[in-house]
Amino acid sequence: MPTNKVQFPPLATVEYIPRIRDNYARLGYTPYKWVVNEDPPPWAPLGKPLSKCRLGLAASGGIYMAGQVAFHYKDDTSIREIPADADSSALRATHFAYDLSVARTDPNVVFPMDTLRRLVREGIVGSLASRFQSFMGGIYSTRRVMTELAPQLLQRLREEEVDAVLLVPV
Amino acid sequence: MGLVARHLEAAGIPTLCMTSALDITNAVRPPRAAFLDYPLGHTTGKPGEPELQRMIMLEALDAFTSLSSPGTVKILPFRWSEDESWKDRVFAEGDDRLPRHDTPQYQSEEDRRLAEQSGAPPCPVCVPQK
Repeated sequence: MPTNKVQFPPLATVEYIPRIRDNYARLGYTPYKWVVNEDPPPWAPLGKPLSKCRLGLAASGGIYMAGQVAFHYKDDTSIREIPADADSSALRATHFAYDLSVARTDPNVVFPMDTLRRLVREGIVGSLASRFQSFMGGIYSTRRVMTELAPQLLQRLREEEVDAVLLVPV
Repeated sequence: MGLVARHLEAAGIPTLCMTSALDITNAVRPPRAAFLDYPLGHTTGKPGEPELQRMIMLEALDAFTSLSSPGTVKILPFRWSEDESWKDRVFAEGDDRLPRHDTPQYQSEEDRRLAEQSGAPPCPVCVPQK
């Protein structure tokens, strides 16, 4: 790593914070207060090779399964559990803030369950949690993320006894 | 998602946060991140390209073992296209967000029917509202 597949580093990355700030100003919204953490993040080392790990998945692209109640768009902090052996053709996408057409064509672009199952078959990942966790991003209230969503996710991942978790935002 | 990552990691669960927005990730500073320089809505790849999705995931998951310093971002070795013009079009036409309805927003009416048939309460697993 890194490989020579493409030239590195990338030329210039999109600066989302100023673009979103300008956009909100144009719309007359109150400015969104971005979280800036100066303190170093916590650290829990992976205790064993990935090929021995039970991996969880938590994603915020608004994926639900046919038959489940869909998310709403106003600070929805609820979670839908997707069985890890579900058929990806039963996945649905709903979200207010990104172009859904792609995820509705192939949900693996925001909810990579087929990809992860393949890596388990190949022996690269040990095993998967029996249920994946799905929710809606775009929750404006940091407080509600920390008091409602994060503890709920932690509890479910502990119940699943995962060794590590892959987080996929949109 | 970075906030969630920090919460889970602090509780002892190793996390890896995929990202398409490097500046937001650098502000929130999750413990481990893997940046894919693709447009929003393609966090783990391009649609209908399972081989590419697999390669991206392999490179990303490598970060679980190759990153050893908290707050590091692995830049994944993939580019969306030969030229970078997609970046100029991000939000160029203003905000195309959908209204923030507070009722379930189904992908299809069939989904609504299926969910209502199941007899599930409108929000079966909601955390109780404060």
